[in-house]
Amino acid sequence: MKIEDALEIVSQTNPGMVRAHNEDSVACEAACGLVVLADGMGGYNAGEVASGIAVSVTAMEIAHRLQTADPIERDEKTGEDLGVLLLRENIQKANASIFQASQSQPQYAGMGTTIVAGLFYDNRVAVGHVGDSRMYRLRGETLETITRDHSLLQEQIDSGLISIEDARQSKNKNLVTRAVGIDAEITAEIHVHDVQVGDIYLLCSDGLNDMVEDEDIRATLYAMQGNLPLAAEQLIQMANDNGGRDNVSVILVKVKNGFAAPRGWFAKAVVWFNQ
Amino acid sequence: MAAKLILSMDGVVINEYPINKERMTIGRKSHNDIVIDNLAVSGVHAAIVTILNDSFLEDLDSTNGLEVNGVVLKKHVMQPNDVIGIGKYHLKYITDQASQTDPADFEKTMVLRTPGKPAATAAEKHAEPDRAMNTQVGTSKAADDEMIEKTGRFGALPAVETPPVESAQTAAPATSAAAATPAQTTAPAPQAAAIQILTGPNAGKELDLVKNLTTLGKPGVQVAVLTRRPHGFFITHVEGENFPSVNGQILSDKPHQMNDHDVIELAGIKMEFYFK
Repeated sequence: MKIEDALEIVSQTNPGMVRAHNEDSVACEAACGLVVLADGMGGYNAGEVASGIAVSVTAMEIAHRLQTADPIERDEKTGEDLGVLLLRENIQKANASIFQASQSQPQYAGMGTTIVAGLFYDNRVAVGHVGDSRMYRLRGETLETITRDHSLLQEQIDSGLISIEDARQSKNKNLVTRAVGIDAEITAEIHVHDVQVGDIYLLCSDGLNDMVEDEDIRATLYAMQGNLPLAAEQLIQMANDNGGRDNVSVILVKVKNGFAAPRGWFAKAVVWFNQ
Repeated sequence: MAAKLILSMDGVVINEYPINKERMTIGRKSHNDIVIDNLAVSGVHAAIVTILNDSFLEDLDSTNGLEVNGVVLKKHVMQPNDVIGIGKYHLKYITDQASQTDPADFEKTMVLRTPGKPAATAAEKHAEPDRAMNTQVGTSKAADDEMIEKTGRFGALPAVETPPVESAQTAAPATSAAAATPAQTTAPAPQAAAIQILTGPNAGKELDLVKNLTTLGKPGVQVAVLTRRPHGFFITHVEGENFPSVNGQILSDKPHQMNDHDVIELAGIKMEFYFK
């Protein structure tokens, strides 16, 4: 099964009710099963520039490489899947581009962006992220966050300083501890998860999860899983109904069919004949 | 002005301490930032750690413990006007950052640099085991359907054949919690509303619309949702070949605002929407 037939991808981005600019960027490369979302920060339009660079570098470079390569190939040196390696390398590449631009042009000084990217291949998804943009997974009736924010608040929760209930009241929601483009080097956090048919993956900027309770997100995805564009619209509408204080972006990916990589000579031959 | 603590005993103010350090200690010995010279107070009794605008109080295994607003505890996230009790002494926490969660203070995302890094890696390590357990058996489609029927809210019924609309399954038990968070109190909640089934085996049953999202119908056949928004209730067609109708008017794929006593028809079942 080709990856673009196995997945249904929908994305939407909205400036929200308060901000004049939309500093979020999204990209979907259906042909190679790649989705990228970034939430930029920095004065004037620098946030848009940062998130724009992050998304276009990551999406284009990976899509380009995957025209000739297969994400399940093993890297000789690290033993990692090529898919994982591509995510890591290209988030680093995006980081370098943004860092360079901010060093060379004064109006972009200090700009940066969060990023969350998912590459679907061989019944798996490799997820890379930096900052507080998230990926959620709805499986059955359960919604789980499968990324862990790089934020001060998350660190306070992890160290036991603050409970999850208290975290809702915290005034430090907006502080991220890692971002793309701020330093010369960046380490993206990358994990690979198994994918099941029927799963729905949600990538979002903090404009969604700061304004809408996880339970409402879950209820919406569950009720509207048969109509992804409507679900995306509903999520953004809920964020805006609750105040819409930040830009809101969502990407929804629904797994319609399995997409295991062909294994064994017969399967490979079938693919070869179908080309 | 940043936050401060006001020390008092029996209602008489003794001293005032601005919170000007990341970590301040409270105790009997003179090296503490806040010294309370009383034998009921331990040498180093408690500490207040402040990170930006959040202050955390921690009991440092003191002999006689401490209380906040009359409750004995070990750790606490300080809220404006909290009163810390140590023996006969009281420390009142005053901060003018109280209204930080106002819309204007919802700051743009900012990066907190280097000091966070070691902690971040620790957090990641901690997260690893959870992620390893990623593979789990998903519920089959059939099981899902069964689940939906079980969560139907029309009370106990004799075991009759399930009509499509019976599975009106609602979600979001967290809505009351949602309303309590400051981020969400801006929008006034709309009037309470309910629907009553008019035809079919469940005729007469009533369903209060207490959730932000109420699903009507059966997945795979015909589904519509009723969403509660600040300015009213809306019905939207989600899936299925046939669209629901309101007062005999077939809906488009756009949300339709509900009026009092509107009659919805969905998969052959009629139901009435009304405000309470």
